[in-house]
Amino acid sequence: MHNASKHLLFILAPLVVVFALLPGVYQNHLLLFNFVIFLILAQGVNIIYGFTGYLPFGYVGFFGAGAYGFAIMVMHLQTPAPLAVLVGGVVAILLGLLLTPLLRLSGAYFAIANLAASLAVLHFVANPALEGITKGPYGVSLTGTFNPTHAYYAAVVVMALTVGAVVYLKNSPFGLALQAVREDAVSASMAGVNIIKMRVIAWLASALVAGLAGGIYAWYVSVFYPDNVFSGEFSIFAIVFALFGGVATITGPIVGVLILYGIYNLIGFTTPQYFQLIYGLLIMGLVLFLPAGLVSLATRRGWHVP
Amino acid sequence: MSPEKTPILEVSKLVKRFGGFHALDGLSFHVVPGEILGLVGPNGSGKTTAINVISGLYAPDGGEVVFDGASSGGVASHKLVHRGINRTFQVPKPFLSLTVRENIQVALAYGGATGAPSIAELLAEYRLKEVADRPAADLNSAQQKMLDLTRALATRPRLLLLDELAAGLNPAELDWIAGRIKALAATGMAIIVVEHLMGFIEQITDRVIVLNAGKEIFEGTLATAVREPQVIEVFLGGEHAH
Ligand SMILES: Nc1ncnc2c1ncn2[C@@H]1O[C@H](COP(=O)(O)OP(=O)(O)OP(=O)(O)O)[C@@H](O)[C@H]1O
Ligand SMILES: [Mg+2]
Repeated sequence: MHNASKHLLFILAPLVVVFALLPGVYQNHLLLFNFVIFLILAQGVNIIYGFTGYLPFGYVGFFGAGAYGFAIMVMHLQTPAPLAVLVGGVVAILLGLLLTPLLRLSGAYFAIANLAASLAVLHFVANPALEGITKGPYGVSLTGTFNPTHAYYAAVVVMALTVGAVVYLKNSPFGLALQAVREDAVSASMAGVNIIKMRVIAWLASALVAGLAGGIYAWYVSVFYPDNVFSGEFSIFAIVFALFGGVATITGPIVGVLILYGIYNLIGFTTPQYFQLIYGLLIMGLVLFLPAGLVSLATRRGWHVP
Repeated sequence: MSPEKTPILEVSKLVKRFGGFHALDGLSFHVVPGEILGLVGPNGSGKTTAINVISGLYAPDGGEVVFDGASSGGVASHKLVHRGINRTFQVPKPFLSLTVRENIQVALAYGGATGAPSIAELLAEYRLKEVADRPAADLNSAQQKMLDLTRALATRPRLLLLDELAAGLNPAELDWIAGRIKALAATGMAIIVVEHLMGFIEQITDRVIVLNAGKEIFEGTLATAVREPQVIEVFLGGEHAH
């Protein structure tokens, strides 16, 4: 069987089936929803960081832009929720286009500039002068579209598409070329790769998935403030989960979210007093001893991990 | 050289500055299809800079580069690759975390060449078969140079620029790679060879350009070059006296 079909059958399909069925047997639907959102965001980080090497510290900017794109469509144009989610994705792409000059920067400079950009978008959206459009700092309340069940399944669909995109990157010359650009841009251009085009495509693809996730998040929670959907925790968590599992793989970010977000919720509930400590130590230990992520435990033994 | 052929590359009065420093200072030369041209000169004379400008890494600050009848100075590298220029690097630059096979696959997929050699042929011809599925980071420096070369050949260049490909090879490997370079030229490929090893240059070229401080100081056969007082002075002054 073709590698890509194997990856779709043995990684993507089980993931989708499990998350589609879990709400029927597990009561904490909000927690399940958050898992799906983080699976999307961690894979979005994987696309831009794992495959092209740009660390998006302001990744939440796309998520927030998607949430507000959704809210504005629903509030002002009474757009049906699924369509408003798509608009959220488009808004994130437009923001991504606006930010393409950042791709000229590299390393920490890109990360910091991206963080600054996400803060700028937050303050733009939260500006009281824009109350008529965004409701400014007072937050939005979307009663007409409230439907957590539909929002949850929309999130599962977007997760499936995002993981599918990563399966494609892992199995196509396109994904190989992206990694070549990440490894050595000059050599990639001598392989005939248009490095600017490749970086922009990966950047916009990762913006799109975060924007869709943000739109769905707005749909699910229906009441939120700018600080909620532009919270730096989304960026940090998505990055940490992806790195913890191992980027530039399909399974790494999935494993990272399931384990780390699982532990996060477990210790958060049982022993909240030790929570920050345990969590911090875990992440430090990983960065020190397994910089290439959990999946590198297997690759070091010579096993191939998709 | 064969004067009846039209040059595939013509460089005229090329200037490249870094700050106020002229790395290339009015360099002019040409290459014809099937020719192996030696580009020699002491350290810092501008050989790599010339290759960088011709392959589109740097835009020239003056002068002209014409490849295959069309101006090519300042054109993006990937476009020049598609037009038929490729190169290796003095310090090889493979995609370190990708396997040898994947390194070549990228160039085959994006090089835009029809009729390029297959991966199997390239791996076998350049002695990379045993390491085909290892990350490029595992290769020794000579193997990494061969990988640079196979990546270039996968795009089926008509002009190939080799920047000190032979440095660091043992005598048997030198003979072998000299044979490979000659075989490539025999297919009509124009090749510019930058090298400090004069014996190697002697073996494969019939014409050399001697560079000093970004300018051509001699053009002709290596045998004549080594009798030119100006050339001797430049080389004896540097660390590469032979
Ligand atoms: N990117 C750059 N920025 C600043 N100066 C540069 C740059 N590239 C080259 N130079 C300078 O230009 C001059 C020519 O360098 P170049 O690398 O072309 O020499 P070379 O003939 O290839 O030398 P070598 O035999 O040591 O490889 C040197 O003085 C070098 O320091
Ligand atoms: Mg050099």
